[in-house]
Amino acid sequence: MRAHHLSLPMLALFLSGADEPKLVPDVSQREVEIQYSFTGADLLLFGAIVYPDGRRPDKPADIVVVLKGPEQSITMREKQKVAGIWVNADRARFRSAPSFYAMASSRPIDRIVDERTAAIYEMGVDKLQLSPSSLNDSAELDRFQAGLVDLRQRNGLFVEKPGTVEISDGVLYRARLPLSARVIVGDYTAETFLVQDGRVVAAAVRDIHVRKSGFEQFMAVAAERWSFLYGLTAIALAVGMGWAAGAIARRI
Amino acid sequence: MDLYLPIANLSVNALVIIGLGGVVGLLSGMFGVGGGFLTTPLLIFYGIPPTVAAASAASQVTGASVSGVVTHMSRGTVDFRMGGVLIAGGVVGAGLGVFIFRLLQSLGQIDTVIGILYVLMLGGIGSLMAKESIQALIALKTGKRMQARKRRHHPLVAALPTRWRFYRSGLYISPLAPLLLGMATGILTMLLGVGGGFILVPAMLYLLGMNTQSVVGTSLFQILFVTIATTMMHAMTTKAVDLVLALLLLIGSVTGAQVGTRLSMTIRPEYLRILLAAIVLLVAARMALGLGWRPDEIFTIDVK
Repeated sequence: MRAHHLSLPMLALFLSGADEPKLVPDVSQREVEIQYSFTGADLLLFGAIVYPDGRRPDKPADIVVVLKGPEQSITMREKQKVAGIWVNADRARFRSAPSFYAMASSRPIDRIVDERTAAIYEMGVDKLQLSPSSLNDSAELDRFQAGLVDLRQRNGLFVEKPGTVEISDGVLYRARLPLSARVIVGDYTAETFLVQDGRVVAAAVRDIHVRKSGFEQFMAVAAERWSFLYGLTAIALAVGMGWAAGAIARRI
Repeated sequence: MDLYLPIANLSVNALVIIGLGGVVGLLSGMFGVGGGFLTTPLLIFYGIPPTVAAASAASQVTGASVSGVVTHMSRGTVDFRMGGVLIAGGVVGAGLGVFIFRLLQSLGQIDTVIGILYVLMLGGIGSLMAKESIQALIALKTGKRMQARKRRHHPLVAALPTRWRFYRSGLYISPLAPLLLGMATGILTMLLGVGGGFILVPAMLYLLGMNTQSVVGTSLFQILFVTIATTMMHAMTTKAVDLVLALLLLIGSVTGAQVGTRLSMTIRPEYLRILLAAIVLLVAARMALGLGWRPDEIFTIDVK
């Protein structure tokens, strides 16, 4: 399934008039393969801004790129001190938490768009719409969301790089976003937004596929589908190596 | 040297994991314990998801105990009858463990339970071992022969119905006692990824009253088969066995185990026991602090 994750406001943009500027985006890698030596990847997101009739606006426009991983349904638990020990005491469920989120912009977000626009286009880790599905009050949800963002940021799964998009001559832009080694496989989307006077005037999406390849792919599939044989292999490996080491040691 | 773990979904430094396996293997060779009680917490500390850590540590214990079992079998210090009863209990216990594991996971309390179990068991057994070995050391220093402990089983064991003869262990007791003991260690193997040797050995000595010569061989024999069963159950249910992680751990631990076995022949058993007691108590203390201290991560994420 190749789903283009187009949100409603983006769809509206594509239907807008022909005299609006257009974005021609691309990414350095359409496919990211996870192999034995995978320690993450550096993605280059670049492209051109095409103005109708080649007229460039007097005020330079801004670019925001957002790279999003597959959404996950998650349960978050919070530890609290109960009777002297730390136990999971509170929890919240979110139906659509992105497994990966990275954003880069040509200037700090708060200077490009207002709060409302940033929220609509999910520009920034604090603007993610996680769809809570448990009965927590809003203060609690805020606490959990902050916890999620903090945890994922430290794991390199949520990244914010304001002010790192370079725009040359007002038409060519480039941004570099790091893909952590902890990313999960699936379809990722790279969204690019052209912002003029606090308004998103053009948007474009590119899909990126992250998948395990070769041996790693084989292992993941084997563990899932042929679990009995997989378990047998693990046991044979353990017994065989233990035996061999003993046999070798007796000769030395 | 970074290597990607296909099941754990992250990359690790292969040399660190091999080294970790080596240290654990060294200890297991020296003391005749599987060393799982060290592997699982260390892997979790390194950032491996707890389930993957427990599942993969079990296969490492298998590897570390194989050569020990072979050695003990050739010396005739394995009580197969006792071992068989223990294994039967162990497999049942591992099955129960799967059920408990899932229940605790859905309640979100698996980490806390693992922590408390570690503290209680390691603390209790560590202090028991420390007391015994300090007494033995004092006796050694003063040159006074310690009066031989009257080898007898616990009164509770004697109360159980039906009796079997276990010749190599020098016992005439109810098979229910080792069966229950096996079950308890089976549950622990499933929950904690430990072989349970550090519980089995003292329990066989002090609860069952087995003779010392066949204790280590028989416990290794049971650990070997119960960890095999556990690895299989993890592979079938949690699907969390990471072969690459297990391979790295095995490379270290089977090598370490050989070195450890040689070392253990040059050190007096009294010193060896007190050293093991110290390590066990240290791990218990660290885990206890972990329960009371503010954890590094207040929030945890479970993906469905």
